[in-house]
Amino acid sequence: MSSNAITIPGAQIPARPWVDELHQWLTTVDHKRLGILYIASALLFLVIGGVEALIIRIQLMHSHNNFISPEVFNRMFTMHGTTMIFFVAMPILFGFANYLVPLMIGARDMAFPRLNAFSFWLSFLGGLLLYFSFLGGSGLYGAGSAPDVGWWSYAPLGARAFSPGHSSDYWTLALLVSGFGSIGTAINIIATILCLRCPGMKINRMPLLVWMNLVMAGMVLIAITPLSAAQIMLLIDRYLGGHFFDTQAGGSAVLWMHFFWIFGHPEVYVLIIPCFAFMSEIIPVFSRKPIFGYPVMVAATVCIAFVSMSVWAHHMFTIGMSSYANSFFTLTTMAVGIPTGIKIFNWIGTMWGGRIQFKTPMLFSIAFLFQFLIAGLTGIMMAASPFDWQLSLSYFVVAHFHYVIVGGILFAVFAAFYYWYPKITGRMLSERLGKWHFWLFLIGFHLTFDVMHIPGILGMPRRIYTYEPGRGWDTLNLIISIGAFIQAIAILVFVANLIISYFKGARAGNDPWDAWTLEWSISSPPPAYNFATVPTVASRRPLWDLKHPEDPDSRYE
Amino acid sequence: MAGLILAESAIFTIFVVAYLFYLGKSITGPTPSEVLETPIFYTICLLSSSLTIHLAAKALERDYTRLFLVFWLLTIALGGLFLYGTAMEWHRLIYEHGLTISTNLFGTTYYSLVGLHGFHVTAGLIMLSVVAIFGFTGRVGASQSGRVAVLSMYWHFVDAVWVVVFTVVYVFGR
Amino acid sequence: MVQMKSSSLGFLAQTILLLFWSAMALWASEPKGSSSHGTNIFAPASTPARSIADLSVFVLVITGIIFVVVFTLLGYSVVKFRGREVDAGREPAQVYGSTQIELAWTIIPTLIVVVLFLATARVIHAIQDAPEPAGAVEVTVIGHQYWWEFRYPKLGIVTANELHIPVSDPDHPAPTFLQLLSADTDHSFWVPELAGKTDLIPNHPNRMWVDPQRTGVFLGQCAQYCGTQHAKMLLRVSVDGPEDFGAWVRSQQKPALEDASAVEGRRLFERNACMNCHTVGGTQANGRFGPDLTHLMSRSTIAAGAAENNPNNLRLWIQDPSAIKPGSLMPAMKLSDADLSAIVSYMETLR
Repeated sequence: MSSNAITIPGAQIPARPWVDELHQWLTTVDHKRLGILYIASALLFLVIGGVEALIIRIQLMHSHNNFISPEVFNRMFTMHGTTMIFFVAMPILFGFANYLVPLMIGARDMAFPRLNAFSFWLSFLGGLLLYFSFLGGSGLYGAGSAPDVGWWSYAPLGARAFSPGHSSDYWTLALLVSGFGSIGTAINIIATILCLRCPGMKINRMPLLVWMNLVMAGMVLIAITPLSAAQIMLLIDRYLGGHFFDTQAGGSAVLWMHFFWIFGHPEVYVLIIPCFAFMSEIIPVFSRKPIFGYPVMVAATVCIAFVSMSVWAHHMFTIGMSSYANSFFTLTTMAVGIPTGIKIFNWIGTMWGGRIQFKTPMLFSIAFLFQFLIAGLTGIMMAASPFDWQLSLSYFVVAHFHYVIVGGILFAVFAAFYYWYPKITGRMLSERLGKWHFWLFLIGFHLTFDVMHIPGILGMPRRIYTYEPGRGWDTLNLIISIGAFIQAIAILVFVANLIISYFKGARAGNDPWDAWTLEWSISSPPPAYNFATVPTVASRRPLWDLKHPEDPDSRYE
Repeated sequence: MAGLILAESAIFTIFVVAYLFYLGKSITGPTPSEVLETPIFYTICLLSSSLTIHLAAKALERDYTRLFLVFWLLTIALGGLFLYGTAMEWHRLIYEHGLTISTNLFGTTYYSLVGLHGFHVTAGLIMLSVVAIFGFTGRVGASQSGRVAVLSMYWHFVDAVWVVVFTVVYVFGR
Repeated sequence: MVQMKSSSLGFLAQTILLLFWSAMALWASEPKGSSSHGTNIFAPASTPARSIADLSVFVLVITGIIFVVVFTLLGYSVVKFRGREVDAGREPAQVYGSTQIELAWTIIPTLIVVVLFLATARVIHAIQDAPEPAGAVEVTVIGHQYWWEFRYPKLGIVTANELHIPVSDPDHPAPTFLQLLSADTDHSFWVPELAGKTDLIPNHPNRMWVDPQRTGVFLGQCAQYCGTQHAKMLLRVSVDGPEDFGAWVRSQQKPALEDASAVEGRRLFERNACMNCHTVGGTQANGRFGPDLTHLMSRSTIAAGAAENNPNNLRLWIQDPSAIKPGSLMPAMKLSDADLSAIVSYMETLR
């Protein structure tokens, strides 16, 4: 692993006592270490959130099951959703951004290393706070334990009257705290990208990963803060007697929905755009061609960022907005599919005419394309608000968003793991275990989430701890649950791969994939200072230029 | 700082939206026109503090450290005066008109919005005071003018928010 | 190469999966034979549900075509452009983009969106802005944690959990218009075969309508998470022919039957806290917190569908609601056996 001293090849450096090493990790401000901390904490919460999902799936295996009580079930789905979005997806993507962005722009570190550390620890603290609710949520009213209001905590369910005790406060505070961490990281990413690019790296020569993290960070600044504001209002209601969402005093439950979804919708784009970034780096390398249509990819991403700010009420089609409002949000929601579709076409265009190598990162990427396409299309279905009046709040929506988050985001994250693990650790992940991981997870994923659309069509609402027999939902739910367990096994294979390869994996060298961005020009793992001399670039693929001096990219851009 | 300002603007926007949405919707209790008095003097104080902080930053750029300190302290004083004015107003509203955060929708949204702004003013004053302390001990010179400029950006933002809040609450909302 | 084959196999597997699930969906969507209908959104029995189903099929066809086109492109590129050993060491032609192609695959999706939007907007207006004809049955639905209150203001009826509405002949429509309110938190009224769902939100009245064209019982349930027993806030909508509906209305409009055998039970009912929450028409009991019990025996289930309406369940429910529906807001009455039997007998007379 990287040390803080200058690497002298062949030097005998005595091993450091573990207390020292721990102290280094706890006080680090190095973007690479913070990246790893983000990713490691996200993996921890992934396992916890996954266990919560398995508990849910066991309970739903057949109708009128009694595995857990309704109260526990309601806490499970609340914690599962909250954990996965805020303490798995966001941290893992911030972690990769932290690790990769300075390397890809030829910088020494992020612009504000101490803010970086502070933001990570805030996020992690938020996660700990949320889970402390299992112990401390009882409060004075004994109605405690973990929050059980759903990850949206709709008003007035989140109000004191309906959620006594402190369980719901843990939800609010944990997200408020980690939200501030996210804002810190976003500010850092933007400042780093705008100010610390190496000479020659004009803004239209940055790798697409850097572009997309820039867009994502900008969205974080204006998307997370509405949630923070709404949560402050909720706390004022719960503790200072405020009436923001107090319907008995004339307050509006719908206002909470608007504030939540003004956060909630851009949030999912915040999650997917870094995954687009991974795809835009990995697919070209394993197709042996540059990304098809770089300027269009940038434009489409910026377009998505803007349009996605105008679609939020498609989560509210059933609440009784006027037909004009429903039509407006139908239009904007369908419109945001256009730049998204363009990106899918560009990735296919990248593969077209290439020489595709089916290494594990590429397998996950191809699956991503297939699954993200389907997820996008089910999204278009629900964009048609009358169709949504049937599909909303049912298992069809649950299937759709898991298709995006697991089939899209998680698959892209796995691809990123297999692609950059060699850079981070200096060892290759096992291809054999990687393929086992991939196929097991693919089968489990499809078994669960393809089938899950059907109970939605058959009228099964979401967030129910049990269901009636005779509606045709039993067998389907059983299959869904089986798929979940197969996915769990695949995750275990993945974790085993991570651990085993760390000790036994083949040495990676600087550039195991024959790639073209700056991070592959330095050692694996990189030295603490990243670049011994500040690189100068003349095109979007500086290493391609170096490897092919007879045909550099700079001639074509 | 630009990033932070962007994020904070979003938070304030949500509180302003809530304020505007709930205008006229209170079921009981005092209404804005019944109880609000336009705080013109204190507003002038706060807005002038933008001028003084600007002058302070400009002075520091040219390494006029004593002039910088004078304007800087003036800024703190004007900001402090603004907070005093807010406190007086709240005292009057609570004790003379019985308007608290839990009285009705107007109370909730008013105290939240003005309070959130006041909180940001307070945080700003703390930071300004820290710089003042460093200034007195001779540690602030022309080479710190970049950092001082970033802090004064924050202060200008706080003033700009007040312009919006003032317009929404005292002009439009009555 | 093993890698190559496993990927082609992978795609074959995925195609087979696709066909399999489509078959499953078709099988699962077969209409049920009995008069109790299912909850399949593609088995519409009322105009709003039918308009939605028709629009949905249109959307499905278009998205299906998009899927097939893109999937084919993806599958083709994965198979055709796979790296072969003979090509090792040589890079393919480096293509950076193409303005014409980008334009094409921007313009075509835009047109598709326009078409989809226009088709959708028509249906939105048709359903949401439908005027209420004179003589439509009006029901006010009030959502509670965890039961449904139904009031028919023009008919003077109050009941709970099981809705009766008249069947509607397409040539002479007799729709039912529902006003949706909530007494506590958010709920959602969802009977898939009759209409899309609409939420019940406190301080935010909503309105929907149905015109069921088949008689029978239609099932549904609350779709917006409302607390612990959200899962057991079930709906039964009985669509009756004109005579049956008339008979039901008349019997519901009557006050509670006075049955001499249940005097003791009624006295206990009024003596205990029961009457503070429940109404029994024509008696002193006029509580509004719990369901109206005037014609309890006309309902086939209790506790919003959580249990069948029979004496044993009634007894269990009154003695300890958490045995049937833990988290329900009805307190355990903790009566003596004798009192309990008397009250249950009284309930049994409320036909």
